[in-house]
Amino acid sequence: MDNFVTFFSFQDPNIRYVVFGSVLLASSAAIVGTFIFLKKKALVGDAVAHSVLPGICVAFLIAETKNPFILVLGAFVSGWISLVLLDYIVAKSKIKEDTAIGLILSVFFGLGILMLTIIQHSGMAGQSGLDSFLFGKAAALVGNDLVVFSSISILIMAVVFILFKELRLIAFDTNFAVAIGFPVRSIELVLTTLTVLAVVVGIQAVGVVLMAAMLITPAAAARFWTDKLPVMLLLAAIFGAISGVFGAYISYVAPAMPTGPWIVMVISFIAISSFFFAPTKGIVIKSLLQRRFRMKILEENILKIFFRIGEENKDFKKHIQAKELQKYKHFSEGDLKRGLRRLRRQGFIEKTGSLYQQTIAGNNKGKRVVKLHRLWEVYLMQYLRIAPDHVHEDAESIEHIITPEIEKELEEKLNFPQHDPHQSQIPYQ
Amino acid sequence: MDTIYIIITGSLVAISCGLLGCYLILRKMAMVGDAISHAVLPGIVIAFLLSGSRDSAFMLLGAGILGIFTTFLIEFFHTKGNLQTDASIGVTFTWLFALGVILISVFAGEVDLDQDCVLYGEIAYVPIDLWILDDGTIMGPRVLYIMGVVFCVILAFIMLAYKELYITTFDPSFAVAMGVSTTLWHYMLMGAVSLTTVASFESVGAILVVAFLIAPPATAYLLTEDFKKMLWITAFIGVLTAIGGYYLAVWLDGSIAGAMSVVAGLLFALAFLFSPQDGIITKKFKQMKPPVLETDQSIAEMIS
Repeated sequence: MDNFVTFFSFQDPNIRYVVFGSVLLASSAAIVGTFIFLKKKALVGDAVAHSVLPGICVAFLIAETKNPFILVLGAFVSGWISLVLLDYIVAKSKIKEDTAIGLILSVFFGLGILMLTIIQHSGMAGQSGLDSFLFGKAAALVGNDLVVFSSISILIMAVVFILFKELRLIAFDTNFAVAIGFPVRSIELVLTTLTVLAVVVGIQAVGVVLMAAMLITPAAAARFWTDKLPVMLLLAAIFGAISGVFGAYISYVAPAMPTGPWIVMVISFIAISSFFFAPTKGIVIKSLLQRRFRMKILEENILKIFFRIGEENKDFKKHIQAKELQKYKHFSEGDLKRGLRRLRRQGFIEKTGSLYQQTIAGNNKGKRVVKLHRLWEVYLMQYLRIAPDHVHEDAESIEHIITPEIEKELEEKLNFPQHDPHQSQIPYQ
Repeated sequence: MDTIYIIITGSLVAISCGLLGCYLILRKMAMVGDAISHAVLPGIVIAFLLSGSRDSAFMLLGAGILGIFTTFLIEFFHTKGNLQTDASIGVTFTWLFALGVILISVFAGEVDLDQDCVLYGEIAYVPIDLWILDDGTIMGPRVLYIMGVVFCVILAFIMLAYKELYITTFDPSFAVAMGVSTTLWHYMLMGAVSLTTVASFESVGAILVVAFLIAPPATAYLLTEDFKKMLWITAFIGVLTAIGGYYLAVWLDGSIAGAMSVVAGLLFALAFLFSPQDGIITKKFKQMKPPVLETDQSIAEMIS
């Protein structure tokens, strides 16, 4: 708890630097990631992230120091090579993109691991800590490193800000961009460069193995909250930042813990909660709405049958067995029971013994559905010239969707027809 | 003797992964294989904590469940949440892998796994880790037995279910029409991938399993158009990779699993450049030669 207070009071300048750095890294990765996400290239980010490892090792072997400039340069070069190779393999052979991604990812990573172990076994001076690139170490963000990585992050954000319009266009509609004569190739090149840069700085915090999550997960989470790109970018950046602060905190209180996995856990928690609970797009709210709609259809279908039975017997007060409903339309046992129970609760039908009877409210509601069904059949026949024996199925589904406004328009357009194509009377109020 | 043990283990891993990989890349599910190989980690750790040992059916079960769970989760986010597939894969496996690494760090004292092992395995320790019976008889390396069993299971799976796997891979709608459930075989295949991943895990590590799942099948895919031949070539390349990788690692004094995936990559590069039908250089070479037109010949025959 003391740790918590010390950390979040930000008294210690070191803590301030680390937090500042982590937030910048995580947000810049999230911002670039949003564009990759929208271009449906999320896993390419994964390939780049794994592919920077050999570059880091080569840079270290050549320079024999852990100078951040040189390591970043090495990482940048091998990240770039991996992407060029990826495109080349997909373009020049029958290998599909996903296979190529997996291939590049695993071979480059294997090469990186091979070099890393060679460096470790050779006992070169200053090599210890090179393996923190695997899972990241946010607390190492001090001094020189902080300056380098923060500048790159700020550069990334600046480029995205300046080229916002262009990036937005290629994220959504590349063909259109080509058609209006946009320099699509160069902008894609910029995006690729930004991706590699974001990966290169992001691995400081989370390491190469989990870097993909820093690119994709914040964007995936943000996508569930909004349809507007600027808002999405902002949200992704904020989600990234939250996880960055948390990563710095973990690094501070438990230096032995790998930082990367904790950051990824936080951002994944945000994302998975968003998948389930986001308003309007969340899985929970969507399935609730779906269920409500299914229930509405079920209820309307049952009431419709009550009305038709009444119509046939010329007696809307008739008592009906639940089984009789099945003759008109198939319901599963459970559905029928549930529907009848719900209708009773809402006062649309009444039950005496095992017999059901529609109320006046129920009769009106059933009547409206039947009317809509028959009106739609007339409409299909008159306006779309569909044969009378083909119109029923379509009407069966549209009858639950038609709003009062469309209902009015239909009535006026068709001039209140008396009969449907099957010569059944259309019941008006 | 140690060399032989390591090479045999490596070959068994490479063949088991490679054969399943053939199906994965043809089903455009290479990255799902990647995801599973990462995502089984928490299953392994949890099974380890519960059972307290490495060589239990528990561990296979734990990881198998996680593997199926991952496939399910990817599908779930995709269909119910409307999340695009690539993002769904990316989010799911990074999360589970992170969970696994955290569990390892938290229970470092109780779990005989470390982060390096997770990434690139300990195939070099295969000959040391022996299976010793109660009466003291030494039966040989334990991992070799595990891989042997898994290899036989995978081989039996592919041989017995060859027809089902074949039609669900190449013509899913025909399979459905024939009454073969694509969903069932999808999950069966994923189960097999999880099983192999877990068993291979100790020797080559989570991420390098991917190299064995994808690189040899991709190489074979460039060399033939016949599926049966592709399986055979994959197995052959797998063995070649294991042998080459071992000696490369010995020569450079580095990670054996890392070296194996480098060799797998080199073999792919060779096929990419020189494959008889699809090689880049072969194609260039063919273009340079004056084209021998079959039609010319047949016209010549007709005239004479």
